[in-house]
Amino acid sequence: MSTLAPPTSDTSPALDQTGVTRSKITKKILVLGATSGIAEATCRIWAAQGAQMFLVARNPEKLAAVAADLKLRGAAYVGTAVADLDDTDKHAELLANAVNSLTGMDIAYLAYGVLGDQPRAEQDFEHAAQILHSNFVAPVSLLTWLANFCVQRHAGVLAVISSVAGDRGRKSNYLYGSSKAGLTAFLAGLRNRVDREGVTVLTIKPGPVKTAMTASMKGSEKFADVNKVAATIVKAIDKRADNLYVPFQWQPIMFVIRNIPDRVFKKLNL
Amino acid sequence: MSLTTVEPEAPAVSLAKPEQPVGSSGFESWGRYPKYNSRVVPLNWQGDFPSVLAGTHDSALPVGMGRSYGDVCLLKDGTLLQTTGMNRLIDFNPETGLLTAESGISLAQILDFAVPRGFFLPVTPGTKYVTLGGAIANDIHGKNHEIAGSFGNHVPCFELVRSDGTRRLCSRTENPDWYAATIGGMGLTGLITWAQLRLKPIVSRGIDYEGIQYHGIDEFLDLKQRYQHVEYTVSWVDCASTGKNFARGIFMLGEHSKVPGELKPSPEPKLVFPFDAPGFALNHTTVSMFNTVFFHKQRKPHVKTVQDYEPFFYPLDAVLHWNRMYGKRGLVQFQYAIPWEHAKEGTIAILREIAKSGLASFLAVLKAFGDIPSLGMMSFPQAGIMLALDFPIKPDLTFPLLQRLGDMTLEFGGRLYPAKDAAMTAHQFQTFYPEWQRFARFRDPMLTSSFWERVTDSTGA
Repeated sequence: MSTLAPPTSDTSPALDQTGVTRSKITKKILVLGATSGIAEATCRIWAAQGAQMFLVARNPEKLAAVAADLKLRGAAYVGTAVADLDDTDKHAELLANAVNSLTGMDIAYLAYGVLGDQPRAEQDFEHAAQILHSNFVAPVSLLTWLANFCVQRHAGVLAVISSVAGDRGRKSNYLYGSSKAGLTAFLAGLRNRVDREGVTVLTIKPGPVKTAMTASMKGSEKFADVNKVAATIVKAIDKRADNLYVPFQWQPIMFVIRNIPDRVFKKLNL
Repeated sequence: MSLTTVEPEAPAVSLAKPEQPVGSSGFESWGRYPKYNSRVVPLNWQGDFPSVLAGTHDSALPVGMGRSYGDVCLLKDGTLLQTTGMNRLIDFNPETGLLTAESGISLAQILDFAVPRGFFLPVTPGTKYVTLGGAIANDIHGKNHEIAGSFGNHVPCFELVRSDGTRRLCSRTENPDWYAATIGGMGLTGLITWAQLRLKPIVSRGIDYEGIQYHGIDEFLDLKQRYQHVEYTVSWVDCASTGKNFARGIFMLGEHSKVPGELKPSPEPKLVFPFDAPGFALNHTTVSMFNTVFFHKQRKPHVKTVQDYEPFFYPLDAVLHWNRMYGKRGLVQFQYAIPWEHAKEGTIAILREIAKSGLASFLAVLKAFGDIPSLGMMSFPQAGIMLALDFPIKPDLTFPLLQRLGDMTLEFGGRLYPAKDAAMTAHQFQTFYPEWQRFARFRDPMLTSSFWERVTDSTGA
């Protein structure tokens, strides 16, 4: 990881190129993995609130489409950077530029991750390592920089999408699950460290969400609406919550799943 | 790197057992008839098509929210390309009201954006849960057809992408033949990736509403004549009654209120029809009672009020999944447009046939179409009288009745609406739409629908 230090002032003369007068109350939000379905739905709510956002994603066409949409929906400012977030060497520079562009940061929203291919990962360690890198190592790099930035300023929310899959490993996706379990544990520790510095760490664990992909599946009516999920996330951030199962039913469900004894659990097909 | 980035919600889905094997789906049209298995592939980005079809030889069909009633939005054993995730705004000019958006955006989403900014849809159907692309592909119409024409008349341009990867900007002046084939083209000419829509200014959510009872087609035609300057006109007609109550109805008028009011977005609907109603719930008695209650709900022959645009345009949207009222077997719609020459006699004859059958259901809609020509080669609206109503599916009775009604429509020089149809024969379709063979040349070779297969089948009756 590079040694570039976080900027210490949000009034860095650097980069207020928009000329937009920025009200103190509008949120300044850094979104990592901005083209994911949940991230985009969340950003639409923030845009309607007049937030200032900086979006990072890998695909330039998708990123441009999302950014244009958010501007029209009322975002006071939308900056973008195309980046492969797996590349941890570039994180410090990327984040410093993002924060300069926003002239500060109230919320960092990390929605970056990969599902991977579980059967392949069972045979191919390289692939397994790749999943762990994208879902755990790379977020740790991002969050280390972001946490230190927030600690210096004694303010900020780090909202991170983990997964219910991280609550217990299951044979259908334990590589993904273990990467998210690592992330969840990292966030718990980070929260324990930075809460006393005035920094909030929110661990978000979504259950099944109705998206274009699942819209026509039988039973999808029971899946969560992505816009409601996004609204719940926005509220949890505003309330400075620590943990969020969304929809909330997943909290008791995962409580049960975590507490099934292994002599039973190991026989289940989950 | 070799991994593909996925939506963060996708992994969590795997915790729930997949309800259906890959390769099939529960995608239903609004009538829930017919039911076919097909593979649903989401198109979330403009660049997804045609690359999602790489390596497959299945036929495909772009679909939106599945609000067409029959099989224009179905493809048996094929791939449905669902566009609803492709719903981004691209440009908006608050001076002119010109909105550019991806084709999977719904009219509800457009309203949520436009109404607080003082704009409204130029043409809207009876539900806002349809996509922009679907509205163009079916060249939908609304209560203002007489003064505004159909939806395509307000779409200055759009992009059409073919399965061979070619992209065309289509407008009246650029690729005008593709423009005309795609408006009302039932999604068969390619994928509409984005479109422009000319919104119209409003100053209030309110609609100045008038409801007037009428008895019979002559009174309907008088009212239509008297109020032809009013922007929105439609009528509800009782298709179940005979004798002195034959063709009684309520003529409804509306105009956007000129008194400035608060332009807040609509709240989310709260009611959901929770389960499939049992088959006996809808029968001649309950339907007749409903129609009588509806007719007399308006206690005076003539009422005037101001109402919100939601109940005026979208009364049924207040109850999500209201189609479940018809039970598992579903419903079929019947909708014709008969030109003025035979409009009155045709409407009377068809209404009599429907009343006689005892199969009529509630909320039949009777309306006049104006003479603004549609821009689409295959558009449904034509000047004259339009009637639309639902029938519950009673296999032995409903389909023979629909055949008779289709043939009567044909005799009176009218046509049926593909977006509402599950029953017209190839012969009927080819007579209703004499341009169909010219249109067929614009069809994308990879795209088809169960409707298209049915009505172009040369062996079909």
